[in-house]
Amino acid sequence: MNSIKNRIKYFVENFYLVLIMVFLYAPIATLMVLSFSGSKSRTQWGGFTLRWYLEMFESATIMNALQNTLVIAFASALIAAVIGTAAAIAINSMKPIPRTIIMGITNIPMLNADIVTGISLMLAFIAFGISLGFKTILIAHITFNIPYVILSVSPKLKQTNKSVYEAAMDLGAAPVYAFFKVVFPDILPGVLSGFLLAFTMSLDDFIITHFTKGAGINTLSTLIYSEVRRGIKPSMYALSTLIFVVVLALLIITNFAPHRSKEQ
Amino acid sequence: MSKKLLSGPYLVWMAGFTVIPLLLIVYYGLTDRTGAFTLANVVSIATAEHSKALWLSLGLSFVSTLICLALAYPLAMILRKRGVGRGSFVVFIFILPMWMNFLLRTLAWQTLLERNGVINGILTALHLPPQTLINTSGAIILGMVYNFLPFMVLPIYNVLCKIDDNTINAAQDLGANFWQTLTRVWFPLSVPGIISGITMVFVPALTTFVISNLLGGSKILLIGNVIEQEFTRGSNWHLGSGLSLVLMVFILASMALIAKYDKNGEGTAF
Repeated sequence: MNSIKNRIKYFVENFYLVLIMVFLYAPIATLMVLSFSGSKSRTQWGGFTLRWYLEMFESATIMNALQNTLVIAFASALIAAVIGTAAAIAINSMKPIPRTIIMGITNIPMLNADIVTGISLMLAFIAFGISLGFKTILIAHITFNIPYVILSVSPKLKQTNKSVYEAAMDLGAAPVYAFFKVVFPDILPGVLSGFLLAFTMSLDDFIITHFTKGAGINTLSTLIYSEVRRGIKPSMYALSTLIFVVVLALLIITNFAPHRSKEQ
Repeated sequence: MSKKLLSGPYLVWMAGFTVIPLLLIVYYGLTDRTGAFTLANVVSIATAEHSKALWLSLGLSFVSTLICLALAYPLAMILRKRGVGRGSFVVFIFILPMWMNFLLRTLAWQTLLERNGVINGILTALHLPPQTLINTSGAIILGMVYNFLPFMVLPIYNVLCKIDDNTINAAQDLGANFWQTLTRVWFPLSVPGIISGITMVFVPALTTFVISNLLGGSKILLIGNVIEQEFTRGSNWHLGSGLSLVLMVFILASMALIAKYDKNGEGTAF
């Protein structure tokens, strides 16, 4: 009796998990299918083709936007990782009250609405006399990326053992040397996951870029938005499918490769 | 002492690109084109057009937050029970869709919901009458739930994972049934995650202009659309900033909620 009840429960739970996965991944599957469709219509299947995959490499607009997107994502995540890690180390050694204040400010870009962040940065760039373009997108992305790095690094810092760092200094290591030899290896996973999260957020951002980009420069997001009214070129679906598959492959290789022996 | 200097670049950065910009919104929102102080921009929220957009935004984001919570809580409980690969795998599944562009993912719902789209195709094949799905409030809610569900699941999942199995077992040993365990043990212990999830869904849903644009057609205006148009088309930045100030009241309220119920940052999504 009980085992039947458990089996039904297990089945219901699995069914629910599958439903949610279908909900999350149905649009992605749709885009992948469309990227191979010979017709330009969003709702008609026009036979299998690889045409869009070839066309996307020939489109200067798409390649340009892709380059901007990747350069901004990489540079903003890298700069955010450096500034954010330094800040996390400083915050960790602060007294409770200044720490609470700074963490409060850190939370602003995360909790604030993207539209408000975007507008406020746009107003600031214009007030500071910085013309909107590549620079301003980069600054905006660094701004909303730093909190992700701080939030990833801080927990790792709390786990590090202070005495090891002090022991290294007692044995004659300079503070900077001791930091890179003793503390940094411990917090590296936090720095890396912060970097990756920042990269993802930058890549997926549209709203803040929309307000800070100015004319004449596009990332993939803003290019797609400008094409919505005219109809999206299927090459966009092809490019996104390609990016998605590459990232999926990379993540599977790095996360699930059977070399986890050195974990703890 | 030298360690504190490390926060220098960060503090300068945050002052220049977070605090000053927000103060600029306050300045623009409270002045007119000549720079004189006025409350007109903020008060204009009471005009029929603007208040309709605000109420619609509040309604739609409230409903989508509720749906997200109702979907996410059982999901987080199941994921915790299965102990799927200790955390990282769950984050992986919910972050992965973000690598497909957010606008394209939302546009894909157009294909699924359209008059002769995939869902209506399935309905017709089953000899059911086709439905009007796109360009409705329902489509906007669906888009919100779709885009923001991960931000409800992850904080709740993270909090649930910290609950000790022994606490649950103890409640059951003492004779609590499923509902009693749920309302007396699970819910109270997961409040930080629930609150964090609610704000992380409610704030972006309340302020979106993209989802309503893509799935609601051009007829349904949310408060985000109104503000966006003031900045990109109407170019009355003072009015746009004034309306943003109204939105910031709701944002501040959610920050206060987080500060009250999630003091230790237990309910973070990542």
